[in-house]
Amino acid sequence: MMKAKTRRRFLEQTLFWLFRIATYLVLAAATYIFLDIGIKGGRTVFTSKPPFVNLEFLSQPPQTLYVFDFEGKKMTLGDREFRQWKVQHPGVEVEASSVAYSAGGIWPCIVGTALLVIGSMVLALGIGISSAIYLSEYSRNGPLIRLVRIAILNLAGVPSIVFGLFGFGLFVIFFGWNVSLIAGWFTLGLMVLPAIITASEESLRAVPQGLREGSLALGASKWQTIRKNVLPYALPGILTSSILGIARVAGETAPIMFTAAYAMKDEMPWQVAKFTDFFFQGVMALPYHIYVVSSKIPQNEYTQRVQYGAAFVFLFLVMLIALTSIVLRERSRSRLSW
Amino acid sequence: MVNLLEMPEPTSTKTASPTTTPAPEPEIERGLIEIEQLDFVYGNHQVLHDVNLKIQPRAVTAFIGPSGCGKTTLLRCLNRMNDLIDGARISRGSIRIEGVDINEPSVDVVDLRRRVGMVFQKSNPFPKSIYDNVAYGLRIAGVTKRTLIDEAVEKSLRSAALWDEVKDRLHVSGYGLSGGQQQRLCIARALAVEPEIVLMDEPCSALDPIATAKVEELIRQLKAQYTIVIVTHNMQQAGRCSDRTAFFYLGRLIEVDDTTRIFSNPGQRQTEEYITGRFG
Repeated sequence: MMKAKTRRRFLEQTLFWLFRIATYLVLAAATYIFLDIGIKGGRTVFTSKPPFVNLEFLSQPPQTLYVFDFEGKKMTLGDREFRQWKVQHPGVEVEASSVAYSAGGIWPCIVGTALLVIGSMVLALGIGISSAIYLSEYSRNGPLIRLVRIAILNLAGVPSIVFGLFGFGLFVIFFGWNVSLIAGWFTLGLMVLPAIITASEESLRAVPQGLREGSLALGASKWQTIRKNVLPYALPGILTSSILGIARVAGETAPIMFTAAYAMKDEMPWQVAKFTDFFFQGVMALPYHIYVVSSKIPQNEYTQRVQYGAAFVFLFLVMLIALTSIVLRERSRSRLSW
Repeated sequence: MVNLLEMPEPTSTKTASPTTTPAPEPEIERGLIEIEQLDFVYGNHQVLHDVNLKIQPRAVTAFIGPSGCGKTTLLRCLNRMNDLIDGARISRGSIRIEGVDINEPSVDVVDLRRRVGMVFQKSNPFPKSIYDNVAYGLRIAGVTKRTLIDEAVEKSLRSAALWDEVKDRLHVSGYGLSGGQQQRLCIARALAVEPEIVLMDEPCSALDPIATAKVEELIRQLKAQYTIVIVTHNMQQAGRCSDRTAFFYLGRLIEVDDTTRIFSNPGQRQTEEYITGRFG
């Protein structure tokens, strides 16, 4: 009798601790990731002297790093500095080893990611809100609409690398857009479309039916009702959920690696010969850059700087976006309540 | 014979509108509703059976009856709000407003709803200012002149007996008002587009007795200008503010008569039992 009781208590305790440890594991993982990126990346991004932020890292394109011994000192110079140094030291021959992308900064990657996000979100919001309006306000439940809903669900489950491959096959090859911003926009846009449609539809459905009926009963047409008395109240919800979509678009590497991303590009996106070239140029992007500097170049003690610096900036941007979404949501919640 | 001068639809002709009333004055025609042999179904479920009812203009007609008897459905037929519900349709019969069948394809439902206003059971002010709530219908109709809208807002709020309470805070959200005030705001909003008929679906069901008394007083005043149809669960309310009362039971119109007569000397046993509280 006594023994059975002890055993039961032991079992209870074991399970309790098992669940507890499982829960705290999340905390441990998050702490480790943030500390690791924070400390290692912080060394790149922050400086000890004012302005305390490494502006060069944020505002310069990547450069090749040259490492060599000179008069017993180990020199590490970026591409441009190295050439200057050679001019200043004529006649000196040095054996320099080069490390790709490990000097300079990540400015073109930040710009490229921003361009990819803006374009694909404009596309996804345009198509997504339109179809959410159709599904929520106009469509009647029939077999075709059920099929549409199944398609949305399935599209949401497609792995991002498959989107990348699809974008490559359709936009890059078949449409002949090559590796370009526009191909990346469509690929990323289609990837977040299901999330946008679902979020928009939920926001639209959250608007009380009484507002629609009240408006229609005053002689408003259906579109007037949607435009004046449904969409304005659903829009804050749509936009806040879409900001999470932004985080996803900014973060995915697989869809852009075949469709829009270049490992290295010397010109900035606005340096194009003619206006239309803007859409048909590849760009550098943060997640792809992290991928390239972490796996496509030989690793040594000089490569960590850019890897963790870029990861730090990237994480910071994504957190900023998420924070904006939370603040916006709280604001719109307090303003609209029914 | 029917006087056609008042008809807004030029498409309707004499032959299309057989009416038995002998040549009434045009003024009396305005706001007249005639329901004939109306059957209504939700999918396969028939909720109204052979309803014949003539609703007099410039009077208050109350629909009473137990829950699920079809009175709200009938009310929502009058401005075609049932169009919004999947599978809901009129399977037989007709509703004519001022002699025009409102379910004819040629009838513009948007125009119909402007002429037949509605106040809902659950007050539904828009999340806008009091002013914008009342101005909504006018702006929708394309009125842009500020002075016209100002005038109409004040007039409607006065008609709804709300002006004195809100005149200093017209640009404050309508959500800040009390329940009774919100419902009167919805009435003001419906009046702002100058309808001919006002439908009220249990307008006082969520209100306290004082707010109810105010709305009822308002209804009595409004009948001088509007045809009013009110659905109510509250028998006393029907007695207090209606001129005619229609009693519905299980989707059928059992009896319709002057309110005083229905309450003092009903013609049908079911009506009497319902009114005296033996069922329902």
